[in-house]
Amino acid sequence: MRSRRELYLRLWLIRLFEQKVENLFAKGVLHGTTHTAIGQEAAAVGACSALGPRDVVLSTHRGHGHLIARGGDPCRMMAELFGRETGYSRGRGGSQMMADPSIGFWGSNGITGGGLPIAVGAALAFRLRKERRVALCFFGDGAANQGMFHESLNMAGLWKLPVLFLCENNGYAMSTPTAAASAVPAIAVKAAAYGMPGVTVDGNDLFAVFRAVSEARRRALRGEGPTLIECRTYRLSGHSRGDPRSYRTRAEEAAWRRRDPLRRFRAELKRQGEWDEATERAVRREAARRIAEAIRYARRSPFPDHEAMEKGVFA
Amino acid sequence: MKTLTTVEALRAALWHEMRRDRRVILLGEDIGVYGGAFGVTRGLLDEFGPERVINTPISEMSFTGAAIGAALAGLRPVVEIMFMDFITLAMDPLVNWAAKLRYVYDRACPLVVRTPAGGGRGYGPTHSQCFESWFFHVPGLWIAVPSTPADAAGLLRTAIRTENPVLFVEHKRLYGRKGGVSDRLPPVPFGSARIVRKGKDLTLAAWSWMVAEAEEAAQRLAEEGIEAEVLDLRTLVPLDLERLAESVRRTHRLMIVEEGVRSGGAAAEVAARVGESVFEYLDAPIQRVTTPEIPIPASPSLERAAIPNSERIVREAFRLMREFS
Ligand SMILES: Cc1ncc(C[n+]2csc(CCOP(=O)(O)OP(=O)(O)O)c2C)c(N)n1
Ligand SMILES: [Mg+2]
Repeated sequence: MRSRRELYLRLWLIRLFEQKVENLFAKGVLHGTTHTAIGQEAAAVGACSALGPRDVVLSTHRGHGHLIARGGDPCRMMAELFGRETGYSRGRGGSQMMADPSIGFWGSNGITGGGLPIAVGAALAFRLRKERRVALCFFGDGAANQGMFHESLNMAGLWKLPVLFLCENNGYAMSTPTAAASAVPAIAVKAAAYGMPGVTVDGNDLFAVFRAVSEARRRALRGEGPTLIECRTYRLSGHSRGDPRSYRTRAEEAAWRRRDPLRRFRAELKRQGEWDEATERAVRREAARRIAEAIRYARRSPFPDHEAMEKGVFA
Repeated sequence: MKTLTTVEALRAALWHEMRRDRRVILLGEDIGVYGGAFGVTRGLLDEFGPERVINTPISEMSFTGAAIGAALAGLRPVVEIMFMDFITLAMDPLVNWAAKLRYVYDRACPLVVRTPAGGGRGYGPTHSQCFESWFFHVPGLWIAVPSTPADAAGLLRTAIRTENPVLFVEHKRLYGRKGGVSDRLPPVPFGSARIVRKGKDLTLAAWSWMVAEAEEAAQRLAEEGIEAEVLDLRTLVPLDLERLAESVRRTHRLMIVEEGVRSGGAAAEVAARVGESVFEYLDAPIQRVTTPEIPIPASPSLERAAIPNSERIVREAFRLMREFS
């Protein structure tokens, strides 16, 4: 596990990155749309910090946090959101399509559930090539209703592949509560149908997520197959830009705000006697500095060259 | 006559058809309380209740298939696929069931699949595409591609009433656009193109959002003394080849504007049919203005360069008039 300070820094980097992104969209500086992960930081950081450097991560439409958790560069992320040449996808992908293969991040994606079969295939290749690596796929409660989810879990269970299915159950798919879209609204129990363990953890508790993913990873590397991990969490922000959140109450939001994963982490550090005001200030200052730097970097970067627009479709 | 946005016009059409025919039901993601990603179904849940406005799980393949089953069992489902990009997941039931039922079993499939398409909003490669050309290749599906609020409402009413399965393409940039709509929302027949503007020098054929770009281009061309006729195809299947050919016989030049990518696009098929039928009237090769062979980039600067717009149409029209005068 990384140092506590480093974990705390990543939580704050995600929080501030997402707040800044929301702000830039609200001010009309950024166009299009975006999905932020405020409130879900612990699942991202907890899961990614349990992985090895050669493991790979597949992400979702709500992927900024996953990429930062994996060690992604906020400068290149911000530049992508600004549509610049220096962005992760040279401005071609935008908020929902960023990848950094150099750190084992194979991409966020705009198709709900789309990452699941890709992770299965990566794990199949690891197995065939006898590599000690796992693939982890983030997905949401809503994605668990896609055919791809069921087909992917079945193949992974059947072939006992080294893949970790990490569900961030944040209670809603857009406006639809989990219980209004799933006949059995618990995600983890679905694992039973596909011959793998299903575990449920408090997704706002970074250490709980870390432990569950570490255990699942050890299992996968022993050749015992996949695990489905359900992290119970909540997105404190709207689904996407401009979501009026009419499908839930402010009281419910307030209750979850009290369970804010950053606060939780800080409380845990305090309990273990590893926290002091100086660390708190230093971490926040550093996170703020790096996000400000990311915005400066994005603003300074050039737009992509139109002449090259048609290049790069084929190898 | 009143002025409505396309969203309001579509909603009014759904409302009227649901009032008129109890068999009409709606299925789709977040179409209930949320009113759909673009607000088209807002308020319909309150009016018609959850039995007829059915919020589905994120299961495009199976709720589209289920809608076909419901159509066979006597209902008239209207499905919403949140973005046309996701229709990839519903291809099988549409192509291998809906489109085959009439020809093979002689059965009706009164199904409408509504879906927002197109770019220009910075949504990136998987939320900006136009796929109507794929369905053009599937015999058995009608395809509506309206460009005004009145046509959106009128074609939707016809789509809901026909026994044919219909792909109903709604351009995202049209949603907020206002236009005059007759109070009684008259149904618009399929297979009837609309002359948007008369002209004698060349025909600009377009559909969906590209009609607006073609209209703007025609205005600019007129200032330079070129009279372009603008034809809105309104439906791709059935295609109003007659009106298209009639126009080309008068103008002798045809430019087809399509937002989708060039290869295998609907414009290619339209061009081929016009070439087959009125070749001898053409003074110039048929031209296409399309998106180049690339995924739609997210960056606003690239997206603007990729998707056809009025400036590009004007430029291409000038070139055509210069080279073949
Ligand atoms: C195939 C597909 N269908 C629908 C959508 C539109 N959409 C984007 S995110 C989303 C909700 C996803 O919910 P969930 O999986 O729970 O993830 P969350 O947004 O809660 O993180 C929907 C319906 C999509 N992007 N792709
Ligand atoms: Mg969710």
